[in-house]
Amino acid sequence: MSAPFRVERRLDCPAWLNWAIPVGAVATALLAGAVLLFFLGVSPLAAYTAMFRGALGDAWGLSETIVKAIPLTLAGLAVGLSFTMVVWNIGAEGQLVMGALAAVAVVRYAFVDSAPVMFFLMFVAAALAGGLWAGFAGFLKARWSVNEIITTLMMNYIAILLTEYFIYGPWRDPSSLGFPMTAPFPAAARLAVLGGTRVHVGLILAIFLALLFRVLYRWTRWGFELRVIGNNANAARYAGMDYMKNVLLAMFVSGAVAGIAGMIEVAGLQGRIQPGFSAGYGYTAIIVAWLARLNPVGTVFVSFLLGALLVGGDTLQVVMRLPLASVQVLQGLILFCVLGGEFFRNYRIVPVGKGE
Amino acid sequence: MDSSMQQAPLVEMRGISKAFATVRANAGIDFDVRPGEVHTLLGENGAGKSTLMNILNGLYIPDSGTIRVKGENRRFSSPRDAIAAGIGMVHQHFMLVQVLTVWENMIMGLPGLEAILPKKTVIKRIQDISTRYGLGVEPEARVWQLSVGEQQRVEILKMLYRRAEILVLDEPTSVLTPQEVHHLFNTIRQMTAEGHGVVFISHKLDEVMEISDRITILRKGEVVETLSGRNVSKEELAEKMVGRKVVFAVDKTVLNLGETVLETDGVCALNDRGLPAVRNLSLSIREGEILGIAGIAGNGQRELCEALSGLRPIQFGRVILMGVDMTGAHPIEFIKAGVGYIPADRKGTGLVGSMNLRENFNLKNFWRKPYSRGIFLSWENVAGETGRIVERFGVATPGLGVPVRNLSGGNQQRLMLGRELSGTPRLIVAMQPTWGLDVGATEFVRDQLLRQRERGAAILLVSEDLEEVMALSDRLAVIHKGEIMGVVDDPRGVTEEELGLMMAGIPMSAAVRGERSL
Ligand SMILES: Nc1ncnc2c1ncn2[C@@H]1O[C@H](COP(=O)(O)OP(=O)(O)OP(=O)(O)O)[C@@H](O)[C@H]1O
Ligand SMILES: [Mg+2]
Repeated sequence: MSAPFRVERRLDCPAWLNWAIPVGAVATALLAGAVLLFFLGVSPLAAYTAMFRGALGDAWGLSETIVKAIPLTLAGLAVGLSFTMVVWNIGAEGQLVMGALAAVAVVRYAFVDSAPVMFFLMFVAAALAGGLWAGFAGFLKARWSVNEIITTLMMNYIAILLTEYFIYGPWRDPSSLGFPMTAPFPAAARLAVLGGTRVHVGLILAIFLALLFRVLYRWTRWGFELRVIGNNANAARYAGMDYMKNVLLAMFVSGAVAGIAGMIEVAGLQGRIQPGFSAGYGYTAIIVAWLARLNPVGTVFVSFLLGALLVGGDTLQVVMRLPLASVQVLQGLILFCVLGGEFFRNYRIVPVGKGE
Repeated sequence: MDSSMQQAPLVEMRGISKAFATVRANAGIDFDVRPGEVHTLLGENGAGKSTLMNILNGLYIPDSGTIRVKGENRRFSSPRDAIAAGIGMVHQHFMLVQVLTVWENMIMGLPGLEAILPKKTVIKRIQDISTRYGLGVEPEARVWQLSVGEQQRVEILKMLYRRAEILVLDEPTSVLTPQEVHHLFNTIRQMTAEGHGVVFISHKLDEVMEISDRITILRKGEVVETLSGRNVSKEELAEKMVGRKVVFAVDKTVLNLGETVLETDGVCALNDRGLPAVRNLSLSIREGEILGIAGIAGNGQRELCEALSGLRPIQFGRVILMGVDMTGAHPIEFIKAGVGYIPADRKGTGLVGSMNLRENFNLKNFWRKPYSRGIFLSWENVAGETGRIVERFGVATPGLGVPVRNLSGGNQQRLMLGRELSGTPRLIVAMQPTWGLDVGATEFVRDQLLRQRERGAAILLVSEDLEEVMALSDRLAVIHKGEIMGVVDDPRGVTEEELGLMMAGIPMSAAVRGERSL
């Protein structure tokens, strides 16, 4: 026993730690990042101030942060739903892309001028596209126990390549001077924005869905079934809960919400799709869901934080002239510390000598 | 054994206290184990036995108090520390890696060079230990292939492999058949003869009196008394433990039987490995009747119970419930038809450890009014009924919102029994319903089963405790290799020896006649 402290298992996690751990983690990350910045020849203080200002300091930064938080929230809720029943849908990226593609298809082929009708059609199409995309993996799992991690991941590539086929091929905008992108959406297909900002009504939808999910988990039979299956599949069977049906349904709903995230991103922000339009939201959503500990309301807040991190990083690049890689290292540090902080939920450090 | 009384203790716990939030699980407990003795911990459910031993094993850190091992102060922060100091514990739920072999489990997690010894050396050592202590088990077998009794032997072996001098056995016998208990006791005696110390926890007083050198009785986290294991009576122990007199006799009224509730016709079912476990089994139970199933564990009892509650597919034959053919129906339809099932495996199947008491009550009730309306749950009604069960079944818990894994083993069992035995089930399939319960609770649960019988429920009672099935059953069937060896119409008119023969696979006609002609 030479170490000056020892690690002990915690039986339960006191409530204050739920706040102290993330805060401490971010502080640690910023400290570690300060060292990095120092060696890059930048004043850490100035860099952090710039990041903060850029992401949250003015209306523009704030709106950019929110705009990034919207798809993160939706996709985070989507994967969180499947994680709740311990089914690993890590294909939100593909489902999101399929949702966006479905929205583009609606715009191309449904000639309606009414914005509400258009919204409705895009919404349904995106939900179906994402839902069926994930539902297929769910079906394979339910029917033949095919590992959903592999299928959902592989289907991401299929979805992305399929989309690129349309972008480069039949759906390329003839007036885009050869750039690979689809035609811009007509006004009827664009979502309303709040004030003069880029924040669109997707924000309201995201918050609404988060609250809906909270109700789902807490107050509905289906939500209860999902949680029981996730906690103890044996007991769920014993209680008469149908695993196959629930896997199918959960994967469908999960994919549908991810699909809606894609449609909202296109209709609310970009107005067209081009290669790489999703910025990996479907993957980041997995981190969001975990950091939020699968809590729907927590998902909104975590998405906002991660959105701020993304925007702040952009600012750092521009203002401080830092290379993209160093910004990503900084973002990585923060995620690393937050995830590492989870350790303290289960263990505590005790100085040796106490109690002896 | 008298010489050991003077020897210095192997381990000495002084003034141990431990509280969980508002629950005082241990309050100033003194406990020691001497070389060559079996020191039994006895107490009601939730008295703090497992907590005290988990502290000794480094799983919990005490709030105060000291642990001395061979006169030296120690502080354990993990079971690894404890085993390094020579203290090994076998928990009621085993901690083996199911997919690995026995010998691989032995070296799993060993520090340093011991983990990379050649396989031959490891197996040699395993064989040495198992012959010495009578812990026969195949080193190359994979753990999931072993019976519960064999897995327990592997756990004990693992501790001896790690050179444990003090072995803590937390309710080891509740999962064993009488033969296996006998076997275990021989192992324990061999260990004490070599100077090991053993801590034994059990609710079965006959066993306690058979094996203990000393007995420490706990009540509500405090030591009531430590007494010698010789010359005590069952009644005395029970009274000290519960604080009142306990009735061991079952008071059963004669009932008029009602309609047939359950009828099976040539049921066949497979076990988890796809081998026949229930063969051509026909039985029927009527309202107000308890049909006991006696048999050695692993003879198809679990598979039968699961087949009767829709959890296991039926290969051939039919299951008829109240005149309706339920063969192949989904488990929820059995639940809706009023079939209550008390599985033997409460932690893995009957309860969700990470969920709270309300949610665990809801587990079997979420589909019906007033606990849900349409797609919505009514937690208020759930909480109301959960509270009533907690009160009626005496579940000791700090509240309805705590995860059930924080309850003591017996209190988990009470909660599950409360859920299955409240309400108005038509058929109750009960497997080992009194496993892990203290004497008071056992008395209570037997009483509840009889009340359900009086109400008109049909009950299938599976138990390895012959005394229990003989006392409670109206008729008694003996199962062997998935087949019924015979049904005894008057369980009081048959001897334990006759039952024993049937349990060994001799059909009733032969067993009963054979006995008489001897
Ligand atoms: N991890 C925990 N968190 C909160 N409370 C706990 C925890 N473990 C035990 N308790 C409480 O401490 C008390 C003592 O529990 P313990 O498991 O030691 O009882 P026991 O004597 O082993 O009972 P049983 O015979 O039922 O196994 C109980 O009231 C239980 O609810
Ligand atoms: Mg216990």
